Amino acid sequence: MKNELNMKISADIANDAFVRSTVAAFCLPLNPTIDRIEDIKTVVSEAFTNSVIHGYDGDSSKKVEITASLTDGELEIIVKDEGCGIANVQEAMQPFFTTKPEQERSGMGFTLMSTFMDDMKVESEVGKGTRVYMSKKIAEVNNA
Amino acid sequence: MQVKFAEYADAIVVRLDGELDEHTAAQVRQTVDVAIEMCRQRVFIFDFSKLSFMDSTGIGILLGRYKKLKSKGIEPQIYGANRQVDKILQTAGIYSIIKKTS
Ligand SMILES: Nc1ncnc2c1ncn2[C@@H]1O[C@H](COP(=O)(O)OP(=O)(O)OP(=O)(O)O)[C@@H](O)[C@H]1O
Ligand SMILES: [Mg+2]
Repeated sequence: MKNELNMKISADIANDAFVRSTVAAFCLPLNPTIDRIEDIKTVVSEAFTNSVIHGYDGDSSKKVEITASLTDGELEIIVKDEGCGIANVQEAMQPFFTTKPEQERSGMGFTLMSTFMDDMKVESEVGKGTRVYMSKKIAEVNNA
Repeated sequence: MQVKFAEYADAIVVRLDGELDEHTAAQVRQTVDVAIEMCRQRVFIFDFSKLSFMDSTGIGILLGRYKKLKSKGIEPQIYGANRQVDKILQTAGIYSIIKKTS
């Protein structure tokens, strides 16, 4: 059985805590370990923050779409924006690569996402937007 | 997010209580920088024992404070990070420049 959450929310950084907590709460019926819940919060915060500050450059009139789905104990998360896009995804995913060093960004967001999840893919087109896909096994048996 | 600092003879301790993300970043930077400005002690301790969440925004903030502290000859240290925060700091290689203290 597949259980899905889909939300579109204003690209306002004040929504970050709500978004990461909501995705984490959505997974709770599967009884994931606390460590896994914390990983989920971290990666959702990374992707949402990127859409807000890079994709839309702080324009909170825009929207970020978050989809979380649970299938047989596996969590899939998609975070999508229709922002500026990434010219070179390969380069953007390198540890410590950032286009906003003047804002004290460390360039570790994508590295944390790929370290904490089982799988991660980034699709992006300049002028069209960015879609981050992540997945992780969070429960052995699906008892939802 | 609450940021409080305590002064000791040898160290200033800055305690972050809450969640550190891009939304709370400006406030944390500002308050921590006040503490760095007034620091005449040898050691500057980031007390993370009440920090319940942090993402890569926190890494950038730490690296920025590290530079300021180093230029003043002050030694930064990290205390009390929970498992998740510790994992993030480790992944980013922060412990190679800022020591953990107990
Ligand atoms: N949704 C997005 N839209 C446009 N550009 C993006 C998006 N997400 C990431 N990027 C680009 O990829 C780079 C790397 O992202 P990453 O999250 O790894 O680091 P960062 O956001 O720059 O810094 P940090 O996450 O450590 O604060 C960004 O600097 C930005 O140029
Ligand atoms: Mg980022």
